[in-house]
Amino acid sequence: MLQSAESQDRLNDFVIKLANVNGTGSASANTLLMKSIFRMGVPVMGKNYFPSNIQGLPTWYEIRVTRDGYVARSGRVDLMVAMNAETYAKDLKEVSPGGYLIYDSTWPRPALLKRDDITILGVPLARMCNETFQGVRARILLKNIMYAGVLAALLDIDIDVMRALLGESYANKKALLDSNVQALEMGYNYAKQHFACPLPLRVTRMDKTADYIMIDGNTAAALGCLYAGATVGVWYPITPSTSLMDAFKSFCQKWRVDPETGKRNYVIIQAEDELAAIGAVLGASWNGARAFTPTSGPGISLMNEFIGLAYYAEIPAVIFDIQRVGPSTGMPTRTQQCDILLAAYASHGDTRHVLLFPSNPEECFYLSVQAFDLAERLQTPVFVMSDLDIGMNDWMCPTLKWDDQYRPDRGKILSKEEVEKLEKFYRYFDKDGDGIPYRTLPGVSPKAAYFTRGSGHTQYGGYTEDSTEYQIVLDRLKRKFHTAKKLVPSAVFPRNEGCDIGVVSIGSCDGAVREALDLLARRGIHADYMRVRAFPFGEEVERFLAEHSLIFVVEQNRDAQFRSLLTLETAVDKSKLRSILHYSGLPMASTVIVDGIVAELGASPKRVAATR
Amino acid sequence: MSFIAKPKVAHPSLPKNALGLTRRDYEGAMSTLCAGCGHDSVTAAITEAVWSLSLRPEQIAKLSGIGCSSKTTAYFVSGGHGFNSVHGRMPSIATGAIAANKDLYYIGVSGDGDTLSIGFGQFAHAIRRNINMLYIIENNGVYGLTKGQFSASADIGAKAKRGEENVQPPIDPVVAALTLGATFVARSFSGDKEQLIPLIQAGLKHKGFALIDVLSPCVTFNDHEGSTKSYSFVRDHYEEVVHADFVAPAQEITASYAAGEAMPVTMHDGSRILLRKLDPAYDPTRRGKAYNYLRDRLAQGEYVTGLIYIDTKSPEFHEVNGTTDTPINQLPYERLSPGSKGLEKILARYR
Repeated sequence: MLQSAESQDRLNDFVIKLANVNGTGSASANTLLMKSIFRMGVPVMGKNYFPSNIQGLPTWYEIRVTRDGYVARSGRVDLMVAMNAETYAKDLKEVSPGGYLIYDSTWPRPALLKRDDITILGVPLARMCNETFQGVRARILLKNIMYAGVLAALLDIDIDVMRALLGESYANKKALLDSNVQALEMGYNYAKQHFACPLPLRVTRMDKTADYIMIDGNTAAALGCLYAGATVGVWYPITPSTSLMDAFKSFCQKWRVDPETGKRNYVIIQAEDELAAIGAVLGASWNGARAFTPTSGPGISLMNEFIGLAYYAEIPAVIFDIQRVGPSTGMPTRTQQCDILLAAYASHGDTRHVLLFPSNPEECFYLSVQAFDLAERLQTPVFVMSDLDIGMNDWMCPTLKWDDQYRPDRGKILSKEEVEKLEKFYRYFDKDGDGIPYRTLPGVSPKAAYFTRGSGHTQYGGYTEDSTEYQIVLDRLKRKFHTAKKLVPSAVFPRNEGCDIGVVSIGSCDGAVREALDLLARRGIHADYMRVRAFPFGEEVERFLAEHSLIFVVEQNRDAQFRSLLTLETAVDKSKLRSILHYSGLPMASTVIVDGIVAELGASPKRVAATR
Repeated sequence: MSFIAKPKVAHPSLPKNALGLTRRDYEGAMSTLCAGCGHDSVTAAITEAVWSLSLRPEQIAKLSGIGCSSKTTAYFVSGGHGFNSVHGRMPSIATGAIAANKDLYYIGVSGDGDTLSIGFGQFAHAIRRNINMLYIIENNGVYGLTKGQFSASADIGAKAKRGEENVQPPIDPVVAALTLGATFVARSFSGDKEQLIPLIQAGLKHKGFALIDVLSPCVTFNDHEGSTKSYSFVRDHYEEVVHADFVAPAQEITASYAAGEAMPVTMHDGSRILLRKLDPAYDPTRRGKAYNYLRDRLAQGEYVTGLIYIDTKSPEFHEVNGTTDTPINQLPYERLSPGSKGLEKILARYR
């Protein structure tokens, strides 16, 4: 049979959404589906929308099959696997016209599942599981693998690839492997017998994932800590940052244990709270170890006092803020970029901090390494501003590379020999004129000793309440922040073609922005794009803002925090900036940006497609 | 300006320790505390203790929080790094510092406000982790820098300078430390350096968390009639239960003691503390007994002092962690990175 033009169009380009109950083991089936498509060489995106709960609440997983390699949500749902009776109504409504819904027909629901513009397919999953497998838990778990088998048939996913992946997962558990493969095949065969497989939405092999990996940002950041030579990790568990320390711990257990003695070349401390976590990081950094803490917004709130001390006493620290929805406890398992201002000016008094904004797990890895170098070079806290979307979802990204020539930049640390040559050591003296003083480590020499304090101090390190002496140090700290502009990663310009319109964004907005710009270009709207990767902002940021007459600032919070920071810290004319804000807690879809820009340009039509 | 540089003049006839250093080499900046402050006596005792132990000044890291007591880390051993951190959070700074370098001597100086109010949580967790440090509380029952409010160690019925009576029960750091599992618990009095100096020496040599609660009267806000933390009240109401004499590794025990009275305890580096029990029934190695004894005496309004409890067997933080022998801040980068080959192996499961 010849395929219609429409079905060609959906080849390797559609969205599957799986509605589950949390705690039923659906994650492994959903990961299996996504990874199988990835192994077939087809680009995929996966997003997990889970509750702040252990068992019984609704949870969704979204898989976007995207031959063009887009990494954001598209805003569509082409195939819904509705496994949660509690959310049927909502899930049914969400399916895009022409789409499909699969449900467990063990319990028919003709009244609930009514829609004429989509195809509804029932599979008696529970009945088949109950007839085949023993034990309540096994039946619940295997139901998930069974629907993965159904999807394999419907979407033409290579079942051998799925079998191979199951084999890897249960390499040492033969019984589990057998039952999983059996469930997979039962679902596959049922679909083959009862439905016209494959559907017009389907997967076909490509070769676009060969040099890619699927990894989450927290794991990649933990790898960055490992490769940066971090030896002290301290944290207080908080969603969504916990998996960063879990990953660091498992990497350390494998790579940081002395093979001969069995002793550890690292220390991980689960602190009593976030105050103690950052305190221990400062103690360790002060004492010459590379130390970090992963946390989220509520943790940053608690750490504020210590962050100010680190700024003023000039102690390196790397803080990972895996941002989640605020304010207060907010929605701990949903994503936002809502800590930008909190982090930029954390703590009382005049403080400003270095922030890095990774946009995906790949950058989490490289920017984490850089964060340690910057923290030591600048002797100040450095924040890696990740978020739940980057941190906890598996992203397809280019395989990580490592340069074996890398050595940590420990910054201006005086050795015993260097300090003993000096007539006298002054901790806070700006010898080089770049605002960065020299530091020494405890234990080196009596000549290296100084007194670290958060109270007023002179450039020589002594206590002071003298206005002039105090201001000398405070002004130098400002110079140091200016120096930081040249050291932090510069903005990137994925599109810079001399358009009048500019788009500026940060972090995990990147995928949605890139896709939106493609979609807009097809409609004749062209815009340049700058993604800022660090605060303080460099000269290139000023230039882009100056060169564009209308600038859309895309970010994920209600109050346009990033836009505020741009207006506070650059010379940009505020009236040129338009905000596109997304703060639902779900990762951004490209449609938000397309709609936002079209609406704004519609209001002032003369700007449409303006190019220089 | 309240920072005064002290001129360093050492007379050639000053006695020298094993490193050839005089006591002057262990001094710090000039104290800015009130004349007669108990804390200055503690500072003097610390200086004497580390000099006589012949510790190299740079081997000493001095850590504190905020308050009159916390200022004192600037007043001794200027050859060691100092860290005057934030209020009540010195234990976490110490935890991180000790994690990074286990080979230094860490002296934390705190106060009753710093430890028992704002920092009570961190104090408890430092004990729980048995981090290897000497933790001195300069306990005067009162907030000095904010001019005389009661602290959490003030006794019921104690009178403030202006006559106000404290109505809330005190938190006793020694009782708290015993229940939290501290491995070295002592109490002393700033006015009794014969007792305090050897306790500091023993605390420094103890492998684990060593607490010395030092009753250290505040001459400005809490040294009046009706105070239970005044010089005269403490002198009248303190009872030494076990006196500790510190005996360096090469030194011999020369004094003779009545049978059952002296009890030597060997520290990890071969030095010993010789405990002289002033109450023969007391056993400083039995936590439960120590606790009961202390509670009984406290109920009678007595401060039990001396080395109240010692446990040299429990592992300290790094032993529990299984940390490598080299301080981890000195591990070469090559031992820390799996390199590009390692990365390929790690990433295999993400393909």
